[in-house]
Amino acid sequence: MLKMTHLSKVYRTEVVETYALRDFSIDVKEGEFVAVTGPSGSGKTTFLTIAGLLETFTGGEYLLDGADVSGLNDNARSKIRNEKIGFIFQAFNLIPDLNVFDNVEVPLRYRGMKSAERKRRIMDALERVGLASRIKHYPAELSGGQQQRVAIARALAGSPRLLLADEPTGNLDTQMARGVLELLEDIHREGATIVMVTHDPELAARAQRNVHIIDGQEVDIAEEPRFHADHATGSHA
Amino acid sequence: MLAYYSRLALRSLRRNPMLTALMVLTIGFGVAASMTTYAVFRAVSGNPIPDKSAQLFKPQIDNWGHDNGRSSDEPPDAMDYTDAMALMRAHKAEKQTVLYPVGLSVIPANPQSRPFLANGYATYTSFFPMFEVPFKYGGAWPASDDTQHAPVVVISAKLNQRLFGGANSVGRSMNIEGNSYRIAGVVRSWNPQPRFFDVNNTQGFKSESPEFWIPFTRAVDLKIQTWGNNNCNAGSPPGWVGWLHSECVWLSTWVELPTAKAVARYRQYLEAYAAQQQQAGRFHWAPNVRLRNVTQWLDYKHVVPQESQVSLLVALGFLVVCLVNTVGLLLAKFMRRAPEIGVRRALGASRYEVYRQFLAEAAMVGVAGGVVGLGLTALGVLGIGMVFDPDIARLAHVDVSLMLLTVLVAVLSTVIAAFYPTWRAAHVQPAWQLKSN
Repeated sequence: MLKMTHLSKVYRTEVVETYALRDFSIDVKEGEFVAVTGPSGSGKTTFLTIAGLLETFTGGEYLLDGADVSGLNDNARSKIRNEKIGFIFQAFNLIPDLNVFDNVEVPLRYRGMKSAERKRRIMDALERVGLASRIKHYPAELSGGQQQRVAIARALAGSPRLLLADEPTGNLDTQMARGVLELLEDIHREGATIVMVTHDPELAARAQRNVHIIDGQEVDIAEEPRFHADHATGSHA
Repeated sequence: MLAYYSRLALRSLRRNPMLTALMVLTIGFGVAASMTTYAVFRAVSGNPIPDKSAQLFKPQIDNWGHDNGRSSDEPPDAMDYTDAMALMRAHKAEKQTVLYPVGLSVIPANPQSRPFLANGYATYTSFFPMFEVPFKYGGAWPASDDTQHAPVVVISAKLNQRLFGGANSVGRSMNIEGNSYRIAGVVRSWNPQPRFFDVNNTQGFKSESPEFWIPFTRAVDLKIQTWGNNNCNAGSPPGWVGWLHSECVWLSTWVELPTAKAVARYRQYLEAYAAQQQQAGRFHWAPNVRLRNVTQWLDYKHVVPQESQVSLLVALGFLVVCLVNTVGLLLAKFMRRAPEIGVRRALGASRYEVYRQFLAEAAMVGVAGGVVGLGLTALGVLGIGMVFDPDIARLAHVDVSLMLLTVLVAVLSTVIAAFYPTWRAAHVQPAWQLKSN
């Protein structure tokens, strides 16, 4: 689904070159739930923005769904983002002027979908996150957990092949975080590929596989990855 | 998507009402200043006879030379009687006419109505087809009436309303200064601006329409003096005939030349005529003639008042200043929404879509600015008389085309002003925005 090989990302100024990613490789199979972990500044978010085609990379190769994305123009990258990728951000990133319904509608608008189809998908997604009764509410009228659920509904409404989550519970209290995480696990069980960036080891433990980044490079970690499948059979990691 | 972006734009504009009002007022004032001065400029600089302005020519013959220390090389604007009649007799153009303004007392048939002064022209019958004068009833008098010095008259619809209650008066008689004239035609409302055929006596603009036209030959018989300018380079011999044969210039002569060949031929004729006058000892200088069409004549006479051009330029400059301010306001407004742009880009909006969304918002500001501008333009046109000559101010008016133009200019200029802010918005780096959140 997502394969990066010897990928590098360099930020250049007149006086200094900073490697955000260096010789970074990762291969995420279809249906996997992978956590990318590492300390602050290690390059996790840069990895995620490159994976989500929000940023270009300096060297190496990136295949998304089998296709090389390095030479794509802005339109093609936007189209892939819209049709294949769903984003969940730490800060929810809902548009404050739009109500819940309109927020979930945003990616569908760019797909040129008919009104009836849009409405059906929005309501399905909101029902799935338990917020179908809040369609007229504005983000400011919702709790953090509810806002993140709306963001998840927005990501799900377009039926993406790949979900990219950046610290999805970082701004939530424990109880709300648990609810959001369980929702992500449900989505994964239904077949979605999820790549989650986090520096929270507990959260990472819920993924099938962990990839650890330090200074922009993947490193081996001693711990055995704990699999999400355990959770499905009832033995919590 | 346009409806969607319009809805988003309305929402966005409502969110910051003060900023929105500031932008709308800025655009409104800028556009109103431009449109108000444009209303004047349009009125004074329009082509008064677009179909034929390139075919109607005003010949000039220098019958003064450099006598009396005259320094200009340009022939006098008007023509003397001798030369005007020579041109009419030569009949070298398809159509030709001579005219001069007259002011005469009209005596109504009803003895209870008092006589009144009316302004008109003494001219030849070709005047009407040459200048495309529209008739309500009847038409121009026949050419034979010119040669027979007949007592005929063409009157304006306004005069016809006053004397005959608007009924078809063709064939009826009216009394002008004690002489009876048979009415040949009634002209619809007609007052071309600028009054190109009589710039000499109007400086180009006259808000009152001509009320009647009588044959030139008849007017000369009756010794009706010009109601316009009479310029002499020397004293004229005494009496009416003496004046007619003097070098005093007081007549406007016009010819219709439909082809370039006809123009060239007429120019040759003018040169030959002036040379002939030189040989005859009347002119002591080389032939000096001009042949200008309507547009060239109006340009030469600087009919468009300079203050109109200057004020239009100043107003356009003001509009540019307003637009520069609008660029700043839009930039602040759009860049404040960088996080939203980042989210939209992440969710699949291409740069093109960002352009569409934000230009639609700018167009909405433009429409609102245009509506405010319309109101301010109407006020401006009402008050234009405080700056311009009343005859010119009366010409400026708000019509549908000016209203549409006001809104169009507002929208277009706002969209143009929005290009840079929108370009900045479209180039927001979504990754940076999302990382910084």
